[in-house]
Amino acid sequence: MGEFSAEGAAFMASNTKTNPKVGLFVTCLVDLYRPSVGFAAIKLLEDAGCTVEVPDAQTCCGQPAFNSGDLPDTRAIARQVIDAFEGFDYVVAPSGSCAGMIHEHYPALFADEPETAQRAQHLSKRTHELVSFLVDVMGVEGVDAKLDGSVTYHDSCSGLRELGVKAQPRKLLSTVKGLSLTELPSAEICCGFGGTFCIKYPDISDKMVTDKVTDVAATGAATLLAGDLGCLLNMAGKIKRLGHTTKVRHVAEVLADMADQPGIGDGKA
Amino acid sequence: MDSTSKNFKANSRRALDDSTLQRALGNIKTGFQEKRRQVTSELPEFEALRDQGRDIKNHVLANLDFYLERFEEKVVENGGVVHWCRTPEEARKTILDIAKTRNAQTVTKGKSMVAEEIGLNDYLEENGIEPVETDLGEYIIQLRHEPPSHIIAPAIHVTREQIAEDFRKHHTDLDPERRLETPQDFTDEARAKLRDRYFAADVGVTGANFLIAETGSTVIVTNEGNGDMTQLLGKCHVVIASLEKIVPTLEDASTILRLLARSATGQEMSVYTTFSTGPRRAKDLDGPEEFHVVLLDNGRSAMLGTEFQDMLRCIRCAACMNHCPVYAAVGGHAYGWVYPGPMGAVLTPSLIGVEEAGHLPNASTFCGRCESVCPMRIPLPKMMRHYRTREFERDLGSPRVKSALKLWAGLATRPKLYRFATGIVMRVLGALGGKAGKFKSLPLAGGWTKVRDMPAPQGKTFHQLYAEKKRVA
Amino acid sequence: MSSARDQILGSIRKSLGREALAGEDAAKLHEKLARPPRNLIPDRTDLDHDGQVGLFKDKLVAAACSVSEVSGMDQVPKALSEWLGRENLAARVIQSPALAADLDWSDTPTLEVKTGMSDGTDETSITPIFAGVAETGTLMLQSDASLPTSLNFLPENHVVIVRENQIVGPLEDAWARLRTARAAESGETMPRTVNLITGPSRTGDIEQKIQMGAHGPRRLHVILVRD
Repeated sequence: MGEFSAEGAAFMASNTKTNPKVGLFVTCLVDLYRPSVGFAAIKLLEDAGCTVEVPDAQTCCGQPAFNSGDLPDTRAIARQVIDAFEGFDYVVAPSGSCAGMIHEHYPALFADEPETAQRAQHLSKRTHELVSFLVDVMGVEGVDAKLDGSVTYHDSCSGLRELGVKAQPRKLLSTVKGLSLTELPSAEICCGFGGTFCIKYPDISDKMVTDKVTDVAATGAATLLAGDLGCLLNMAGKIKRLGHTTKVRHVAEVLADMADQPGIGDGKA
Repeated sequence: MDSTSKNFKANSRRALDDSTLQRALGNIKTGFQEKRRQVTSELPEFEALRDQGRDIKNHVLANLDFYLERFEEKVVENGGVVHWCRTPEEARKTILDIAKTRNAQTVTKGKSMVAEEIGLNDYLEENGIEPVETDLGEYIIQLRHEPPSHIIAPAIHVTREQIAEDFRKHHTDLDPERRLETPQDFTDEARAKLRDRYFAADVGVTGANFLIAETGSTVIVTNEGNGDMTQLLGKCHVVIASLEKIVPTLEDASTILRLLARSATGQEMSVYTTFSTGPRRAKDLDGPEEFHVVLLDNGRSAMLGTEFQDMLRCIRCAACMNHCPVYAAVGGHAYGWVYPGPMGAVLTPSLIGVEEAGHLPNASTFCGRCESVCPMRIPLPKMMRHYRTREFERDLGSPRVKSALKLWAGLATRPKLYRFATGIVMRVLGALGGKAGKFKSLPLAGGWTKVRDMPAPQGKTFHQLYAEKKRVA
Repeated sequence: MSSARDQILGSIRKSLGREALAGEDAAKLHEKLARPPRNLIPDRTDLDHDGQVGLFKDKLVAAACSVSEVSGMDQVPKALSEWLGRENLAARVIQSPALAADLDWSDTPTLEVKTGMSDGTDETSITPIFAGVAETGTLMLQSDASLPTSLNFLPENHVVIVRENQIVGPLEDAWARLRTARAAESGETMPRTVNLITGPSRTGDIEQKIQMGAHGPRRLHVILVRD
């Protein structure tokens, strides 16, 4: 696959900061649960100089099937994603987990189909998580946003360990006016979501998320941010169940200055 | 050892309800994790050494037969014996036979996970020989008749109050009013108790962290010195080790030693790294008269060449379990067999079958922390996923989960139908839950809402709103 | 029926999809065992000898050893005697037979000195080492007719004599010295035992709190001879 990496590198160099065409992979959870994150992503990408399109034939990245060992369905879904996102300079998702799925796992799915494997490889190389894309590829140094108060940040596992998303959200958050970040001591420890894990092993998941939101409360931060809706729904669900007052938001909402709607799990005022 | 891995869910429920255990597990974070972080940050070459460690083991596995034969030649040259054993039964029997030829009454033991794997202690006892564990942690759990709950800290689940109770119960010759509070109290008492046992033992059994093909040496790495007393003071030293422990040379062992203690306890080196090569030489003043190596296969040769081969790189440092949030929640006993945590979630189904241990590779969030700290770069989550794939293909998982997944996949591959169906569902959920912002319970989502609320969706889906916007524009 | 040995080797070869290695493939591996190549060695020992001695001392202390320095072997008995006094230990020691010719105890008449192997009752032993590894403050000791291993483990206190020229940088340099020394002496690479010792015995088995003196020595004292 040598020619791909060479091509990919040349491509990145020529397109950096020059109005690239970006396909937004909305992700199923954002689509269904929190469309505002999708619109925040579009705003951030457009502000950074990208032309954003949202291909219609997208649904899910296939992780539920993949992590349950269902390879035939995973391949069917992956094929659809590969088709839908052909022809974009970059594919960006407001999720480290879904971007990680495409980036890390798609190519190996098609070990027996060289042609699809090549296309998967091609897609893999240009797929990014939103915030790291803004900083690492588009060179964004700051955002025009304001949020009065203290926040803490949870590093979602796939983004952190598969894609190296760690410094980028902190860098952009530091430019939000009025915002102060209190680090979460257990920021790199899983919240207990794990896709189907939280349904299959609810007792263990509960222990993990309880520890997590206890740590969150101990920071005293008014708002909890993260870059993945799965983790956010899990943590928000526990925070609300325990009656804590911490607001929960996707980091993109804050960076795009679109944090005016209720937090995750909060009612309409 | 018999497995209760099938009962993983019930085991873990019990562990979560056990407040003493939960308190004991709380020590992991400040202990192992922080020390590893500190010591690895002081060695700039650590990541490059991980690459080399991986490469050394890959090279060994590709040439395993060659190195095992060279190892045997060298052991024999040095006056020792190698016993090849396919199964736990063969290994147990071999060790019993050695003990019998020495008319052994007691066998002292250094810590060995392979000895646990073959159920050696119970077998020796059944045959009238008393096994005496000498590692402090192993000694404690032997008094408690428990299996280890961690591969390098076998008694990590036990609090000092419990140990005090066990010591008073078993050390009845000592003053019942004596103080048993500080770590030193326990350590001193065990030290004194075990001293005589070393001298009285006819046979000393240890495990091995490495077998060295170049020299025919076996290597143990300990902090207490018990493994050394075990082999030094018994008349006969028996090493039990699985095939994949072999490394080619002293240089290769040195490279992996730089990874082992740092990953395990956060030390640069463990206190004692001991290379044993044959029985005592003609003019030596001490050392065992006999030297035996019991080499166990137990399914490992069949793992070669499969998607699970990488697991054979494992050096049993326990970094994976020390950093695993699932292990931290339920401890080692919940896993139900010898090897807990992420390495156990892969090795256990490999050794005793996915039918028995199917829960273990499923009980992971794939957070990837285990792989990120594994000194041998074993892709643990990937291998757990391989087991899920096997399970799925053989239809061993829950039928309810499977049909729900099928329904989802069916929708996900039909974008139009997906939009239509999810559009309706989300609108309904948004309308019902919008005011409160959450649901306390929801049909079909009991696993979720049992322990947490379900945040309500915002209402319309992104794709609906996006289409509306585009129309307006 | 073939032996367990043949079956295991056969199973390995079947899994690897090949026969036993032969010809050039085997020759390459034999060569690796005959002349082991070095892997990556951390930069930290890349120092001149004085630097390595300094690193060795720092690492000994980090491993919870105590260190005293003397200018010659003739100073060792006095240094030992002083250390025993400082630690409030009995003025009794058992020395390794290998030291008998090197140490003159006549200047420390109050010190009771035995020579031989330990029966477990000795409080303090004194032994030489084969090499000191600066990289980690590790002592390399070997067993021999005049070097009983029991002295390294049974006494409560272990005192070792390290001569400055025994200090090497990385562990690999200690192996190189051992190979050279043994090739000259006996031809086999390894004695019955090589002990790498890094600090006094300890355990973390009681609630992960580190406690010294689990089974082996509680104290490990190094007398560094700068001659």
